[in-house]
Amino acid sequence: MGDKILMKGNEAVAEAAIRAGCRHYYAYPITPQSELIEYMARQMPLAGGTFLQAESEVAAINMVLGAAACGMRVMTSSSSPGISLKQEGISYIAACRLPAVIVNVQRGGPGLGNIAPMQADYFQATRGGGHGDYYTPVLSPSSVQEFADMAPLAFEIAEEYRTPVVIFADGMLGQMMEPVVFPDSYAPQKDPSAWALGCKREGEFCNHIINSLFIDPAVLDQKTRELFAEYDRIRQNEIRYERYNLDEQPSILVVSTGTAARVVKSAVDALAEEGIKVGLLRPITLWPFPYQAVAEAARGVKKVLTVELNMGQMEQDVRLALAGSCETAFVGKAGGLVFTPEELTEIIRGYAS
Amino acid sequence: MRIVAKRTRGLTSARLTYCPGCLHGVAHRLIGESMEELGIIERAIGIAPVGCAVFAYNFFSCDMIQVPHGRAPAVATGLRRSRPDCVVFTYQGDGDLAAIGMAETVHAANRNENITVFFINNAVYGMTGGQMAPTTLAGMKATTAPYGRDVEDTGGPTRMCELLATLEMPWFITRVSLLSPKDILKAKKAVKKAFKNNLDKKGFQFVEMISTCPTNWGMDPLRAREWAKQEMLPVFPPGVYKDRGAEQEDAS
Amino acid sequence: MAKKTRITIDEYYCKGCGLCIDACPKGSLAFAERLNEQGYHPVECTDQEACTGCSLCYVACPDSAITIEKE
Repeated sequence: MGDKILMKGNEAVAEAAIRAGCRHYYAYPITPQSELIEYMARQMPLAGGTFLQAESEVAAINMVLGAAACGMRVMTSSSSPGISLKQEGISYIAACRLPAVIVNVQRGGPGLGNIAPMQADYFQATRGGGHGDYYTPVLSPSSVQEFADMAPLAFEIAEEYRTPVVIFADGMLGQMMEPVVFPDSYAPQKDPSAWALGCKREGEFCNHIINSLFIDPAVLDQKTRELFAEYDRIRQNEIRYERYNLDEQPSILVVSTGTAARVVKSAVDALAEEGIKVGLLRPITLWPFPYQAVAEAARGVKKVLTVELNMGQMEQDVRLALAGSCETAFVGKAGGLVFTPEELTEIIRGYAS
Repeated sequence: MRIVAKRTRGLTSARLTYCPGCLHGVAHRLIGESMEELGIIERAIGIAPVGCAVFAYNFFSCDMIQVPHGRAPAVATGLRRSRPDCVVFTYQGDGDLAAIGMAETVHAANRNENITVFFINNAVYGMTGGQMAPTTLAGMKATTAPYGRDVEDTGGPTRMCELLATLEMPWFITRVSLLSPKDILKAKKAVKKAFKNNLDKKGFQFVEMISTCPTNWGMDPLRAREWAKQEMLPVFPPGVYKDRGAEQEDAS
Repeated sequence: MAKKTRITIDEYYCKGCGLCIDACPKGSLAFAERLNEQGYHPVECTDQEACTGCSLCYVACPDSAITIEKE
């Protein structure tokens, strides 16, 4: 392992992507992730890679489509409104079974909102934000180290299942600095030459075609089912979460992810000192969502509280996980506000008593 | 007996899905022939748009990708920068390129991306049934301009060659006609020149081809060609609008 | 004696658009009475002798349906 470096989240995930072998990056400036595109502008050429600032997020995701179609490790990043512009492209990339990584450093919404951290793109990310039947794996970090580690992980998942992968961060994670350690080696890229465009093929030449148009409904139905077979495989192999303070039976279970989960941990620790047992189940993959893990963690608790930086989105998945087996509650902040630990401790204490 | 002309290997054996007399097929042949003659079928990557040519991935025998409406030049940018050894071309209609894809077209041209853009201008949205396009002529009827295009309300026909030629960087910009065998032979030269420029890494090649849409214009193929000669060519004059290669030769 | 030529128009591709008929300087192409599998009147060569193998029909054809042979 390398030594610790103090880095901003935006730069750490960019550095990790380059170290992991990403050599193609196309994006458009938007606060609060502009340091990521600036870092790529400086570092990608030094790594012998391709950096280009596109004329729009729509153009950027389509440049990613082009690079991914050639079997390149390619990434883009943006923030909420920019991610909305990329949805059609992401639907195409998913339908064409192409690996790619899309980083969303979320900001306040809807509309232009503001540049404060938020988690209100949850539905967009986890329900397939574009058109048609598809999903994208969604990874949700809650530290700069985890944010960085998600770059290589996202590429591995993208290539193993030939799918776009979303890293679900926010302005806080993007802007704050924390020590980061980079591993010495990374998994090599999975060979794309069986399907990629422009690959030299010895012997009889047969052209490769990348396409998502299937006029015959029966064929599109079949293609979609092949896609969903991969999603079943992802559900079996790729669900990730963290169990925090759940070794003993808690009276309250909190489900929270990303930046919100960091604050919840502080509240859990504070309440533990008061003898109030609160556990946290932190989903790391938002899709596939850890339904089973939530249900198990909720056994024997009085209430399951979902804490988010939005008006209530992941809490619907929590209710799905519990299927009515336990009383739930939701606490959220909109507008880019973030709970303070004291504030959250008081709120959770109220539910625990 | 020896064969002096036959279907090019640059095209697959698939039957084209275009209407009888539609000149898309001629544009396809010129591109297929040029790829075959330049020996680049195995290193070309073609991009099919959304529109009548959306099925082009079944017609060209090189590697093909079908992309979102209007985004072909952006996808081409990603392809070209990933595989600089490949010859990358887009094949787009007027709705795809001049309406929804205007920004992608202008910026790919401005970056002098080493790609060729084939722009088939038939003044209408064909696949969706004859709606008004940016290139629809003043007063010309379309299903979404039922009383004839009112330029005061919807603007006038967009001249893409002239527009792109104001940019400093694009390498070669030309408009050709497919409206007669003579014009078609001239158009073939432009197609091959564009591919050669790409092989020499010169940058952005733009070949606009004036074509017909018999079905949506409500004319038979021959009358459609005559109408296009009389009505479209004056609005979209064929010619070379930018040729930095020639400019350099003149300068030296 | 003019060189012998042979025009082959593949009915699989021909859509009876007539552009080749217009292009032929010798007027040696015409619509057939019958319909091809697509329901079009395919074009056929009615006067092979007159044909000089100039290939203008091939140039005009949007469906690459024509093959031209020449001595």
